[in-house]
Amino acid sequence: MAVPLAFFGLFFALPVAAIVGRGLRTDAGWRWGRIGEVLTRPDIADVLWFTTWQALVSTALTLLIALPGAYAFARLDFRGRHLLRAVVTVPFVLPTVVVGSAFLALVGRGGLLDELWGVRLDTTVWAILLAHVFFNYAVVVRTVGGLWAQLDPRQEEAARVLGAGRFAAWRRVTLPALGPAVAAASLMVFLFTFSSFGVVQILGGPSYATLEVEVYRQTAQLLDLQTAAVLTLVQFAAVGAILGVHAWAVRRRETALKLVDPARTARPPRGVGQRTLLGGVLLTVALLIVLPLGVLVERSFDAPGGYGWDFYRALGDARATGTFLVAPLEAIGNSLRYAGAATAIALVVGGLAAAALARRGGPFTRGFDALLMLPLGVSAVTVGFGFLITLDEPPLDLRTSWILVPLAQALVGVPFVVRTMLPVLRAVDDRLREAAAVLGASPWRAWREVDLPLVRRAVLIAAGFAFAVSLGEFGATVFIARPDRPTLPVAVARLLGRAGELNYGQAMALSTILMLVCAVSLLVLERLRSDKTSGEF
Amino acid sequence: MTLLALEEITVRFGDRAVVDAVDLDVAEHEVVCVLGPSGSGKSTLLRVIAGLQAPDGGRVRLGGADQAAVPAHRRGVGLMFQDHQLFPHRDVGGNVAFGLRIRGARRAAYEPRVAELLELVGLPGAQRRAVASLSGGEQQRVALARALAPEPRLLMLDEPLGQLDRGLRERLAVELRALFSRLGTTVLAVTHDQAEAFALADRVVVMRDGRIAQAGSPLEVWQRPASEFVARFLGFDNVVPATVAGTTATTPWGPVPVPAGSPQGAHQVLVRPAGVLLGDPATGAGSGLDCVVAARTFRGTHVTLTLEPRTGPVLEAECDLAGAPAAGDRVTARFAPAEVVVLPAP
Repeated sequence: MAVPLAFFGLFFALPVAAIVGRGLRTDAGWRWGRIGEVLTRPDIADVLWFTTWQALVSTALTLLIALPGAYAFARLDFRGRHLLRAVVTVPFVLPTVVVGSAFLALVGRGGLLDELWGVRLDTTVWAILLAHVFFNYAVVVRTVGGLWAQLDPRQEEAARVLGAGRFAAWRRVTLPALGPAVAAASLMVFLFTFSSFGVVQILGGPSYATLEVEVYRQTAQLLDLQTAAVLTLVQFAAVGAILGVHAWAVRRRETALKLVDPARTARPPRGVGQRTLLGGVLLTVALLIVLPLGVLVERSFDAPGGYGWDFYRALGDARATGTFLVAPLEAIGNSLRYAGAATAIALVVGGLAAAALARRGGPFTRGFDALLMLPLGVSAVTVGFGFLITLDEPPLDLRTSWILVPLAQALVGVPFVVRTMLPVLRAVDDRLREAAAVLGASPWRAWREVDLPLVRRAVLIAAGFAFAVSLGEFGATVFIARPDRPTLPVAVARLLGRAGELNYGQAMALSTILMLVCAVSLLVLERLRSDKTSGEF
Repeated sequence: MTLLALEEITVRFGDRAVVDAVDLDVAEHEVVCVLGPSGSGKSTLLRVIAGLQAPDGGRVRLGGADQAAVPAHRRGVGLMFQDHQLFPHRDVGGNVAFGLRIRGARRAAYEPRVAELLELVGLPGAQRRAVASLSGGEQQRVALARALAPEPRLLMLDEPLGQLDRGLRERLAVELRALFSRLGTTVLAVTHDQAEAFALADRVVVMRDGRIAQAGSPLEVWQRPASEFVARFLGFDNVVPATVAGTTATTPWGPVPVPAGSPQGAHQVLVRPAGVLLGDPATGAGSGLDCVVAARTFRGTHVTLTLEPRTGPVLEAECDLAGAPAAGDRVTARFAPAEVVVLPAP
């Protein structure tokens, strides 16, 4: 427990506190009055309002579109179900920058819709909302569908036998059981969209900004640390409240449901209704998820002189655009190295935290559980900038060290590691350890012989997730990655930030590469977890 | 020689004493069975001896040595868990070999031993089978082989046959008894099933609310239950308050003859169902308690009758299949002194 606490204290609480302190403290002491000053500014009020309503609408839209999908993936057995389930999960671990560029390729200037019908949605709120649905579809399918698949169909059958109609049985038996999972999924989606950065940064144009984007603008462009600090605090408070509600909803979900093997509940679709529903779900997946990714790939090959590898070739050359000190292709190596180190850190810290949490109960544990989720919602920009101003002096001078980037990335990896490993560790029957002890195994030996083999799969899955989210981390990395060592998302964003067809094409090419790297690690994951469910995502 | 000695062992959960000052000795090569209803503290007692639960008071001695400072993995006892707790990620052979590997045995050394043990429990050649593919009875055998493998000085069994169906349970009880006497293993088992306890044990210890209610050979306990609780736990419900004078007790059923030498004064008496002798009021001498047959339950070799006597509580009787009265019939009941036990007053 000491290691995770120290890690979060040093690399999360300290940098965030430092940034807030820098914004709100003068020689004369703390100036809390500034909070009021900033919050009453009309432009900031606009940002707050936009952040909130776009998150609400995104959540509602995601639920509307993804709940039928959750049902289809949970209860209908069709060909390619497992592959498709992996495909819809790809966006969730894709870097937000790639999501942004995928939608740019679809609805932006010169995008597919622009070419076909002259429709452009970039710089409109629709692009942002669609991208959010794209990104969070998997959250609903996994969280709600995962539970749905495990609900015993016989419960509904029991209601039918007792005289309830098909719909009444669903409404009175299945819906209440799903309710907490739906609530939990909604809150997760709300959290992710509330703190959305990369997507809004790329698709929002000058007119739309979330809190997170505004923090970035105030910090990096306007150098107004005071406003940034207030906004960080506001986001912190909001995210804290959301996580509290989430923890409560999840805890309710964990009580008293009779769950069965998900493999037994799925049936081939029957009747017009189920076939139509499945068709609709497949169409949605095709349009919403496969199409943007496909267009992204297509654009990366759509060079001025016809389809070819031109953009990919240009990635190998630093002088091609003058945007970089090094060839963009080197970003692949950087990203893999950083993500590898970040995964190792996240596994150690998250593994220790999960092991500690699995052995204790009570309110403290629940609190820490929620605390671990905070980095997901707290402004990554703040963390990144905080790193720069707190870790730059002895005894901890890391500013020039390469470890800074993996540390920041590990911060977002840890919550995934904990959430994947904790349920499995909790599920290990304590009496198995006792059985080992009675047979002569010391506590350490019992851990090695019993716990480790049982959680090995979860560790691999956790590693995959940590690797994917580290690979895609953008908000903090953009601050602390050194100019000669960009990661893939940073390089993509930089390319997108420049005019010119070559830059755009290279961004698409680099995004495709990033997507492939992510997708491969994810598909390996899906294969690993196919026979045993574990964790939330 | 005494292998296990418990001295005043006490375990409290909150302010409830689950095990309350229990003293118990188990001699080498002895098979002792602790019998009690669920919640009587018997599983907790095993956990204390294994070192999985620290007692709040008292002392555990194994071979004379105090075990207070000895952790579970160094006590050298075996414990077969109620639900077996086989390691799901290892096959049958891996489970049985576990304790041997922990002690540093090499593959060449433990493999013949594993094969021998699986042979012993009736699962020859099952080494490579997955644990999940085993039936309840097979799991029980593997768990037993796993517990026996490191040759523990004391083998403890928690509800060893609890989850098995009746036929298998009876067969395995006989097999286990034969096995233990052949190997000379010292065994402490706990169960809530009296038939299981009587089939397995040299000595039976009945527990109630964390205390020992009675200890003795199966025959002693069966013939002379020490209290109303033990009597009722063994399935005897014909217990009434009584005043004993000489060889006759005055009860709500009228006078009941008791064995010579029974304690005198205010007590309770137990009449075993076999000791309720039925007569026909029409032909008989008319002496005895008038009863109406309220229910008749077929038990295979005999019939159990529930009688409603003219006075006193419901009476349970046993009789042969042939000529058993039907529900609603009138009978008279007399009592055979050999089947009557005087119990202490409640």
